[in-house]
Amino acid sequence: MDQNSFFFQAFVYLAAAVVMVPIAKKTGLGSVLGYLLAGIVIGPAVMGFIGKEGQDVLHFAEFGVVMMLFVIGLELEPELLWRLRKSILGLGTLQVLITAILIGAIAMSFGMQWQQAVALGMILSLSSTAIVLQTLNEKGLMKTAAGQSSFSVLLFQDIAVIPMLALFPLLAVLTPATVADEHHSKTLVEGLPGWAQTLVVLGSVAVIIVAGRFLVRPLFRIVAATRLREVFTATVLLLVVGIAVLMTQVGLSPALGTFLAGVVLADSEYRHELESDIDPFKGLLLGLFFIAVGASIDFNLILEQPMLIAGLVLLLIFIKGIVLFVLGKFFRLGLEQNLLFAVGLSQVGEFAFVLFSFSLQEGILPKETIDIMVAVVAITMALTPLLMLVNEKLVLPLVGTKEKAPEREADEIDEKNPVIIAGFGHFGNTIGRFLKAHKIGMTILDIDSDRVELLRKMGFKVYYGDATRYDLLQSAGAHHAKLIIIALEPAEKRLEMIETIKKHFPNLRMLVRSENRFDSYDLMNAGMLHVYRETFDTAMRVGVDTMKFLGYRQYSAQRAARLFAKLDEANLKKLAAIRDWDDYVLAAKENIEELERMLQTDNNQIGGIRDTGWDEESLIADPESAKAN
Amino acid sequence: MAKLLVLFAHPALEKSRVHTRMIKHIHHLPNVYFHDLYETYPDLDIDVEKEKKLLLDHELIIWQHPFYWYSAPAIIKQWMDLVLEHNWAYGSHGKMLAGKKIFNSISTGGKKEAYCTTGRNHYSIPELLAPFEQTARLCRMDYLPPFVVHGTHRLADADIELHAVQYEQLLVALTNDRISEEEYRKAKYLNDIYPIPEQVQS
Repeated sequence: MDQNSFFFQAFVYLAAAVVMVPIAKKTGLGSVLGYLLAGIVIGPAVMGFIGKEGQDVLHFAEFGVVMMLFVIGLELEPELLWRLRKSILGLGTLQVLITAILIGAIAMSFGMQWQQAVALGMILSLSSTAIVLQTLNEKGLMKTAAGQSSFSVLLFQDIAVIPMLALFPLLAVLTPATVADEHHSKTLVEGLPGWAQTLVVLGSVAVIIVAGRFLVRPLFRIVAATRLREVFTATVLLLVVGIAVLMTQVGLSPALGTFLAGVVLADSEYRHELESDIDPFKGLLLGLFFIAVGASIDFNLILEQPMLIAGLVLLLIFIKGIVLFVLGKFFRLGLEQNLLFAVGLSQVGEFAFVLFSFSLQEGILPKETIDIMVAVVAITMALTPLLMLVNEKLVLPLVGTKEKAPEREADEIDEKNPVIIAGFGHFGNTIGRFLKAHKIGMTILDIDSDRVELLRKMGFKVYYGDATRYDLLQSAGAHHAKLIIIALEPAEKRLEMIETIKKHFPNLRMLVRSENRFDSYDLMNAGMLHVYRETFDTAMRVGVDTMKFLGYRQYSAQRAARLFAKLDEANLKKLAAIRDWDDYVLAAKENIEELERMLQTDNNQIGGIRDTGWDEESLIADPESAKAN
Repeated sequence: MAKLLVLFAHPALEKSRVHTRMIKHIHHLPNVYFHDLYETYPDLDIDVEKEKKLLLDHELIIWQHPFYWYSAPAIIKQWMDLVLEHNWAYGSHGKMLAGKKIFNSISTGGKKEAYCTTGRNHYSIPELLAPFEQTARLCRMDYLPPFVVHGTHRLADADIELHAVQYEQLLVALTNDRISEEEYRKAKYLNDIYPIPEQVQS
């Protein structure tokens, strides 16, 4: 069997993930730990299916982190970023600085040169965006104070990588390794003077922002108009890959570039569609990344120096945790949130792998140190989900759960709208305008890209996409919404959507538009309780006005119409149960006759409403009242 | 045990501190049926048959509402006009409600002192409630003194809570037949039967 063939590789990775992840999830360990375990199992340590090529896979899978930052950017609106500026700059800067200084000091006390200590301190001050965000997302903790603080720190760290890369060449103390030029030779900016490099970098950031604002949206509109889903997906991938290429060319972090693009597109109508299209790719690549991390743990090295490595792991987690905890306290996180924050970010991140190989090329750290540190970093990453689990299950119950951090409450994003409107034609539009006038939060989905564009110009937050799709509903917040208004035009789409919602969001209340009686029967038979015939109320109003022009009193006509509507609604329910056409015609005929009998009028009164309270006949006839008058 | 029907009417309950609290204290009580008229009939189309049946099923009835223009919000009047039918509720053959107890439970912005000949409202609350009293009498019902929350504009939340507790107490006593005929007769307001202790009031 050719172990190196692509299919076999793919088979091994996928099989490991499919077996391990569900087990890990079932036992409450979370998917990240599942992937890591899968990596260890198929790695050199246990089964040996993957060996050295694990490193290449790791580099490839880092693209998952890039995609994740794109999705994070999409979920972030600029105003939120602005609101988080304090924790990004304050908390982020302090965390990186203090951690780096502490670790550097310890490294120097172990006899390292100061340049090496600085490099090591900077590398180890970073935490893992991939693991932390994935875990927080999975536990639904992203919107908590701890989640927001974690996010701020991670965001700052991702940005801090850039100056670190710039700083490293100045720290060289050894002769640069021979592999050095492989990394740099590919970039465009190589060989340019410093000021020109800066210009190119700033220019490409500007390109992303401007293109995101003015080019990408029209492009998406054209692509969306073809109504070919796979082309749309391809365009999204092209966008992300394109940015990654551009960023690499100018020597910036691709993750940062796509994050920026995500933020620029965050308020676009394609946000939810983009998110749900990129999501499976992101998920798979991240999974691959975690597997690769698991596989890259060098167990031989660990077995050779178990005490040293264990000591370093514990020391690192301890230092990072303490720094985070103290800072969290300083930034007024409640105890519970602070523990989550400190434990969550106590590992070293995936950027460390990049920076370690860079520092080897630049001749900052010797290979022996790096080999040990890579193992240490991988172990801290693998331990994170476990630590978080221990924190959640054993520590938090002790400190008194449900503690809230009132000061930070305002930072929580709450973009979860109580109402989702699917289909924003004239019908949905009217509902939308009414609700908007009362400041009721809505997420609106529509499939017509031209209409979406127009409505956006009119100030509606409409998102493009096929609302019958599970993933789109998911990213539109169907889990959190109170109700959904199904106002799609094609009847079969509505039924399709109902089935999806019943299956995936059983608690979401559905209010459904219906075209006519027969459509209503189908909807009722699908279990719908709130069905609205789109022409019924208008027709009744015409009926009332007709009576008015014929000389009847408005109020009486109004009441008559409401009674008629009530009876008709009851009949509708009865008739919905009849499947046979002949039976139906018969029953419908009987019902019409019955309705007429009930509304039968005499002496020019309408509606047959027995409001005898407003009748005086019996009162006049009553001997008792006759006596009194 | 007596079953009690609360006919509640407030056209903008979301603006009412007093009634929101009061409802919170009584809607869960056993043998109390809380019936929100504006919520059930947003277009004032009272279902007469349903209302008649509800009346028959209960021995105690409360009209609970804010005291708008010395009377009740419109839906109470609509309810009276339509439900209290001749020869059913009153008239020579109308005896269906005979013997049931009924009273008004109201909230008003004015203080108690404002409701007397020398006050700005000139009449006392029981005097102003005469149309309700007479309606009850014509229907052969037993009209009890009202439950009144005065000075609602300036009540502290704690005092509203105290009144709500008082109301709950009263309803528990009523549904359990704990109040004697004599106690009713003596009270000017039903509040007097379970006065709020002086020292806890603000």
